[in-house]
Amino acid sequence: MPVYDQRTITTFATRTMAQNPIIQIIDLHTRYGGKEILKGITLDLYANETFVILGRSGCGKSTLLRHLVGLETPTAGHILIKGVDMASAAEAERNRVLRKVGMLFQGAALFNSMTVAENVGLPLQEHTPLEPSTVKIMTRLKLDLVGLSGYDDFMPAQLSGGMKKRAALARALAMDPDILFCDEPSAGLDPIVAAGIDHLILKLHKAFKMTIVVVTHELASVFLIADRVALLHEGSVVFCGTLAELKRSEHPYVRQFLERRPDEQVPDSETYLKSLVG
Amino acid sequence: MRPWAEIAGGLGRGFFTLIGGLGRMGRFTQATLRSMLIEPWRGRTLRWGAAFEQMVLIGVASLPIVVTISFIVGLIIAMQSAYQLQRFGAVIFVADLVAVSVTRELAPLMTAILVAGRSGSAIAAEIGSMKVAEELDALNAMALHPIRFLVVPRTLAMMIVLPCLTVIADLLGIFGGLVLGVVSLDISWIAYFNQTADALLLKDFVSGLIKSFFFAVIIALVGAFEGFHVAGGAEGVGKATTTAVVRSIFLIILADMVFTALFYSTF
Repeated sequence: MPVYDQRTITTFATRTMAQNPIIQIIDLHTRYGGKEILKGITLDLYANETFVILGRSGCGKSTLLRHLVGLETPTAGHILIKGVDMASAAEAERNRVLRKVGMLFQGAALFNSMTVAENVGLPLQEHTPLEPSTVKIMTRLKLDLVGLSGYDDFMPAQLSGGMKKRAALARALAMDPDILFCDEPSAGLDPIVAAGIDHLILKLHKAFKMTIVVVTHELASVFLIADRVALLHEGSVVFCGTLAELKRSEHPYVRQFLERRPDEQVPDSETYLKSLVG
Repeated sequence: MRPWAEIAGGLGRGFFTLIGGLGRMGRFTQATLRSMLIEPWRGRTLRWGAAFEQMVLIGVASLPIVVTISFIVGLIIAMQSAYQLQRFGAVIFVADLVAVSVTRELAPLMTAILVAGRSGSAIAAEIGSMKVAEELDALNAMALHPIRFLVVPRTLAMMIVLPCLTVIADLLGIFGGLVLGVVSLDISWIAYFNQTADALLLKDFVSGLIKSFFFAVIIALVGAFEGFHVAGGAEGVGKATTTAVVRSIFLIILADMVFTALFYSTF
């Protein structure tokens, strides 16, 4: 495993700045207990692109996203967001970066004890010196943006799955982030509502030119929203490129994923019988 | 493996689990105290609005049960003391016994145990549910520190409300003794009141309040700590709630012993 010193990281950071990059993942390793979840991920994400991290369940894609927002500390490697190393930065520096980052959680993660408007207004109320009346107006603007006008005083429990995701998206957009992370935005939603969320992400990308990083396993979403795609398999990146390159790729795992083929199970009666006996 | 080796192994594992748990609790307490005492001096305001909401939830809502239980405890202590003191023809000293035992010991202890069962468990359940629903992660992702955001207001509220409830419990406990004295022991209420006033010293009252202040810290921190360490969905929340109550009551009684010994030797 390569060890990167501070100089190398600075070089990485300088190079990416020249190319207008925003996030750099450098040789990221993560281990839970004895199991290695991420095995040396290296990726560059550029400003204003929609980058999709694709992979089957349990491949480490959500773990990777949790590292990007600083919810997990890597065992080894670095994540630079706007040149700031999220793992080693001081809390104030990390918070400064996070204030311009939005995160849409898989389960929406709205605060159940607060109304929709309080949820959306919370980051503004806590991080800005804005008057409550201004926060209210800003909150309404964000709710209009996601198609939830008039739901200010609803509690999260009163919303449907799709509406919860929209409200969570409004909250993620509250601070006008430069980067928006979305964890499985269409998980648990019916195809029509899921398509609505995808189109909303597209609309936001066009309107605000923000960098959007989406983790998903839904191919339909990928083909609709992605500029570039990274395909993860067992904690490693097996493919990274544009949509066109993804479609052309001859990598066996990429083909299997795109063609939705199940894992080949070679029927070996002797091994099977042995496994039963233990 | 031999049985003794298994026992030794189990004891060793238990010891290291205990040390690990104490270490985590220590770090959690340190982070809370830092957010409560140091960060306000660095320009981060305390969330007094949220603390006030918690004061209402913890204090006002606990009032009926604290009032009722303290009154009953006052009655019980008066009855138990009268049973002994009648033999010596000294029933008037029931007032002394009730006043001193309620203010020094029973009011702070009973109030803390009631609030631990009622509000300590609620803190663990609320924060635990938030953990399960990724709400704590959402706070972190929004650069809002969950300890500053959730634990500090609850701890502040508890530190203010529990001593207030203890004062009320003191008064109701003494009132319970007075009711028994007047109704059952033929003591006039003026005589009972005067006897109580003579018996009670400021240090009795203050030592009970000092205890309740520390009990408050225990209830809030143990409840929040268990909530933060919930694992495994709704079942985990249930376990954390039970653990929070059991551990906080254990620590309250342990702290009570330490403080009582301290006050006994110094006052």
